[in-house]
Amino acid sequence: MNINGKKKIWSEYQKEIPEDHYFYVRSCIRQNFFPASEKLFLEIVRERLSLDFFETEHHTTCGGIAYHSDTIPQETVMTIVARQFALMTEAGYKNYVASCITSFGLYTEILDTWHHFPELESKIRDYLWKTTKREFQKPEYLAHASDVVYKLRNKIASQAKYKLVNKDTGEPLKVVEHIGCHYSKMFPSKGVGGAEYPYVLTGMIEAWGGEIVDYPERRHCCGFGFRQYLVQANRGYSISNTHKKFESMAPFKPDMIITNCPGCPYFLDRWQYVIKEMEGKTYGENGEGIPVFTYEEVAGLVLGYDPWYLGMQMHQTAVEPLLDKIGIKYNKEEKYLL
Amino acid sequence: MNREILIIGGGPAGLECANSLISLGYKVFIVEKSAEPGGHLRKWDRLFPYGASASETLEKLLQQSNKALFFYETEVKSIKKSDGVFIATLSDETQLHVGSIVVATGFSLFPAAKKEEYGYGIYNGVITNADLEDAFKTGKKEFFKANRVGFVHCVGSRDEKVCNRHCSKVCCVTAVKQACEFKDLNPEAEVYCFYMDLRMFGRGYEDLYLKAQNKYGIRFIRGRVSEVAEDVDGCLVLKAEDTLTSRPLKVTLDLLVLMSGISKNPDNDEIALMLGIDTDEDGFLSLCEPNLNNNKTQVEGVFLTGSVTGPKTLPETLNEARAAALAVHKYLSR
Repeated sequence: MNINGKKKIWSEYQKEIPEDHYFYVRSCIRQNFFPASEKLFLEIVRERLSLDFFETEHHTTCGGIAYHSDTIPQETVMTIVARQFALMTEAGYKNYVASCITSFGLYTEILDTWHHFPELESKIRDYLWKTTKREFQKPEYLAHASDVVYKLRNKIASQAKYKLVNKDTGEPLKVVEHIGCHYSKMFPSKGVGGAEYPYVLTGMIEAWGGEIVDYPERRHCCGFGFRQYLVQANRGYSISNTHKKFESMAPFKPDMIITNCPGCPYFLDRWQYVIKEMEGKTYGENGEGIPVFTYEEVAGLVLGYDPWYLGMQMHQTAVEPLLDKIGIKYNKEEKYLL
Repeated sequence: MNREILIIGGGPAGLECANSLISLGYKVFIVEKSAEPGGHLRKWDRLFPYGASASETLEKLLQQSNKALFFYETEVKSIKKSDGVFIATLSDETQLHVGSIVVATGFSLFPAAKKEEYGYGIYNGVITNADLEDAFKTGKKEFFKANRVGFVHCVGSRDEKVCNRHCSKVCCVTAVKQACEFKDLNPEAEVYCFYMDLRMFGRGYEDLYLKAQNKYGIRFIRGRVSEVAEDVDGCLVLKAEDTLTSRPLKVTLDLLVLMSGISKNPDNDEIALMLGIDTDEDGFLSLCEPNLNNNKTQVEGVFLTGSVTGPKTLPETLNEARAAALAVHKYLSR
């Protein structure tokens, strides 16, 4: 592999990411799946890096789950999104950052649609006014929260307590990055590094001492794929996709997986248990699974947060072997006490 | 009457046009951007469909055009027209006063790295048709050790995503030719061609396609490649769809050859502006009477020839070059 070829592509897909003054919107499902990730994001940017990130309790779902499940009309979902933008406008912010990949993809798609069909934007403004008496400005900058962490990766590295390095061998950990499909596959120019070779997570891993694994099914869906899982009869497709990815990455012997999507870490984590139950097969070292993390969790580990404070007891695939490999201190007895 | 002609571009079209004009008694200047004449033909090894040597073909074209005055590594900076005479200033400050101008600046090969999903420039086993032709020409043996080889047709052709809606016309038969040549060098190799349509329009093309199947056992799969990656051994893993069986497929290969298509010459806009002629939506130079006269522009005395107006085979290019010479002759004899 020629890394310079990738670097050339990365240089062509850079987007402007402000560091500060964001209106932050949470995901519908992440707080259930990985409960500390969003809290940790706000803690890192606000307390560690003294940045201004505002959120409001009035924020609702963006409608993305329904939109990608084909159960909501496009104009309805646009009006929901228009309301989120109105909340941002009322709070006095111009930079909008979404925790959820599907929300980010949806916002990007809607802003692009309005750009090409301004009459539709006018119609949505009218709908919003009639239903809520709200008005909105479009965000000047739209970012996914992983874009912001990518932007801040070196500042995080400068405060790091641990590196993504095997403490016994000194070798960088081999990390699989999995990018949510709605991050840049629809609009490559809106993602750091584009759609084919995204750099957003790779940049973090490099900055924090690890090494990225490029494996054949890198671009493949995690197995969530909305209707693959939401429609019960399709769940065989869901686990088949996850299985395909693990079979493909296994020969590279990855130490861990990092993701930037709400569904991906959940499915990559949970289906490993199911595959083990069904086939008796595991993909990590010593009969263990490959631990799966959100990028906020990895940032938290690097910064020295307690793994149980980061909610890692909620993971299906045990994280302890990886914590031991890095040399992260933790108390086994406290795993379920928080 | 000014009997001096400027030809911009020293590829096959420019050379053959010069040959014809010299035979008609004209003095010809050829301005060539690169250090040598011949254009893409210089880089090719063998020509479809009969396997003629590209270097011998070029040699013949050059033997006949040696009476032309060549300006290498030179570009035309500006052109003015005064009293029916064109005054061309070259990048070396030479001024030429000519009665007519023929634009034969050809095409550029589509940059395959733009199709990021194929991994050209990233995965070592991914090369282009031009790279393979260079390997045939220079005998780069390491390529021919590959036992599993794929050819991807229409790379940068018939592809709206890269703003090339047109068919490049020559890639189908070039892929078949190169696949057969590869099998000659490595008979054990398994060779796959991934195609959209096989456009075997020329004489001898269909025969070559049949030979590829019957004699060489090359497998033709109708379907586009979706993505390429490397496995842990450094082999290429290619995903595609077989649209005849309506099934996705995945194959592991040692070498993947991307058939880069014919794209407009990136200098076309500048040339068009300088000469006061138009470009079409696809970026190739515009003809004012494409059915009746495929050399004529809207500027009197300025003619076009070869693939500067769109993809063409070599024989088509040479015929068009001769036609351009006659058009110049007719214009100057009016």
